[in-house]
Amino acid sequence: MSTEKSAWRKAYEWHEARLPIVTWLDHSLGTKYPVPRNLNYWWNFGSLAVFMLAVMIFSGIVLAMNYTPHVTMAFDSVERIMRDVNYGWLIRYMHANGASFFFVVVYIHIFRGMYYGSYKSPREVLWWIGILIYLAMMASGFLGYVLPWGQMSFWGATVITSLFSAVPGVGDAIVTLLWGGFSVDNPTLNRFYSLHYLLPFVIVGLVFLHIWALHVPGANNPLGIDAAPADKIPFYPYYVAKDVFGLGVFIVIYFVVVFWAPNLLGDPANYEKANPLLTPPHIVPEWYYLAFYAILRSIPDKLIGVVAMFGAILILFALPWLDTSRVRSANFRPVFRVFFWIFVANAAMLTWCGAQLPEGLPLILGRIGTFWYFFHFIILLPVLGWIETPKPLPASISQSVMKAAE
Amino acid sequence: MKKIILAAAVAALGVPAALSTSVWAAEHIEIPKEEWSFNGVLGKFDRQQLQRGFQVYKDVCSACHGLRYIAFRHFEALGYSEEQVKTLAAQYEVDDGPDENGDMFKRKAKASDYMPKPFPNDATARLANGGALPPDLSLMTKAREGGPDYVYHLLLGYEEPPADVQLMEGLSYNKYFAGHQIAMTKQLQDGLVTFADGAPNDAAHIAKDVTAFLHWAAEPNLEVRHSTGLRVTLYALLFAVLAYFTKRRIWAKLGDH
Repeated sequence: MSTEKSAWRKAYEWHEARLPIVTWLDHSLGTKYPVPRNLNYWWNFGSLAVFMLAVMIFSGIVLAMNYTPHVTMAFDSVERIMRDVNYGWLIRYMHANGASFFFVVVYIHIFRGMYYGSYKSPREVLWWIGILIYLAMMASGFLGYVLPWGQMSFWGATVITSLFSAVPGVGDAIVTLLWGGFSVDNPTLNRFYSLHYLLPFVIVGLVFLHIWALHVPGANNPLGIDAAPADKIPFYPYYVAKDVFGLGVFIVIYFVVVFWAPNLLGDPANYEKANPLLTPPHIVPEWYYLAFYAILRSIPDKLIGVVAMFGAILILFALPWLDTSRVRSANFRPVFRVFFWIFVANAAMLTWCGAQLPEGLPLILGRIGTFWYFFHFIILLPVLGWIETPKPLPASISQSVMKAAE
Repeated sequence: MKKIILAAAVAALGVPAALSTSVWAAEHIEIPKEEWSFNGVLGKFDRQQLQRGFQVYKDVCSACHGLRYIAFRHFEALGYSEEQVKTLAAQYEVDDGPDENGDMFKRKAKASDYMPKPFPNDATARLANGGALPPDLSLMTKAREGGPDYVYHLLLGYEEPPADVQLMEGLSYNKYFAGHQIAMTKQLQDGLVTFADGAPNDAAHIAKDVTAFLHWAAEPNLEVRHSTGLRVTLYALLFAVLAYFTKRRIWAKLGDH
């Protein structure tokens, strides 16, 4: 046996000495990245979100090759993609439903962080970057929905951009800037297209920061206690294998919707070309904004409504300090745990309210839900941290596992 | 673990599905579900039905409604030969030009031409239809809540208005139309068209055939979507199963705890 290094090995070492990219990857997502051994399947949704971001960017780039951002041609160019471009229907349905699946994954990821206290010290900055990603996703999703230039694209854009007119003093100027004129028209479509192409790459940058910020303290875990080195296992192969399995299950569900119910989550009105002279009877945003839309519409005053809608997201930045409990995982917080699920149910109810006309029962429920949303963050969480008696925490992850095995 | 995956699946599918079926309009009109050959995992169009439906469109609907995204060449998907499509196209005239003298001219349509519009512009269309604009039908089965079921029932949904409804001038009462007052008069009657294949031609069958044809026009790639979908999804399923056993084998190295 020769101990002589192969030429490949030499070339690799030469390159690594100059740019240690393989070493860096190994530390980021490989054998040198230690992760608590007790992560459950709720921890799969981070990698799934990365997967969906990649699907959206790749399908989006192909769509952009065939799309025409002009008010007279956008709708027709989308139909051309659906009918004449090879597998264009597949790319477009993957992209349109991909947005919904991206949001499903990210919502589960956010709720997981809330349940297990992943936003608490020392992971506040990690949490902040996550909120920035979510905000960029919301902007990107809204911009993208306008591009097919259907009825709901046009009227959704009109309603949402008009919200900014509520800003005192400069509101109308902001709206004119967003529109590029005095109504939603071709300049609006052009700038939305440009920004819709830009934002996903901003998200990619934020994802890098998010993962960087994750690596400093390391991953949280279902027990919420700091993991001792002995309780950690390398990301590769363990969590890579687990994430790949999760991905397999996820894409089955994704494909079932893409291939058999591709228009389930869309609004039929968007298969009609935008008509500025014909307002649809009921303008609704995509499902993933409905909870915030319900908050907006539950408040009679326009400015306060807009402030509440944005505040509902921005308040998440303060969550690490609003939650005064030092125990991370809800598994050890019997009272918080109940209120967590009430919060989830409330978010679901607000989402339902957002899809209804703002009158009668949906309006009342929307107002109760809006109150509860803010009550949960501003009153409940700080107070709960002081009065709740948490269950005793295990000394370590392995101790907890051994106890469970008895 | 199974519970978690199930919960994730329900969250991924159930919540949005529940939303999309929620009430959008002020008055919710229940649309009965119909059996369609194109429903189901491997649902396909019935070529004979599409041809009959096209005949209905050609003889009845096309007087007022366009089919702007359909070219004659697309009709080969209905089971017509290239020759038949050419013959069909030649029955239509389209605008072309300018020629070398700078004049626009009419010529017989070719397979590559798109279906001519019934009216030169919207104003003419409105003038001919009492102010109402007959919508293009290329995407109709996707542009209405209820899809093909809605279109089918709308075509048959004409009835006498209830006593308390004051119909506006020139409008008809339709059970399924939003607001119930529709500018299109009842079109489909028993025996309105006679099919070459001798299929039943009562109003219900005619409505069914033309709706199936319109759904083909709206979603011409439906069959390849279903067949590709089955292969892709089975592949993904196999991938998930293999990934599961891979994951188990890798994690077995860690021992019991």
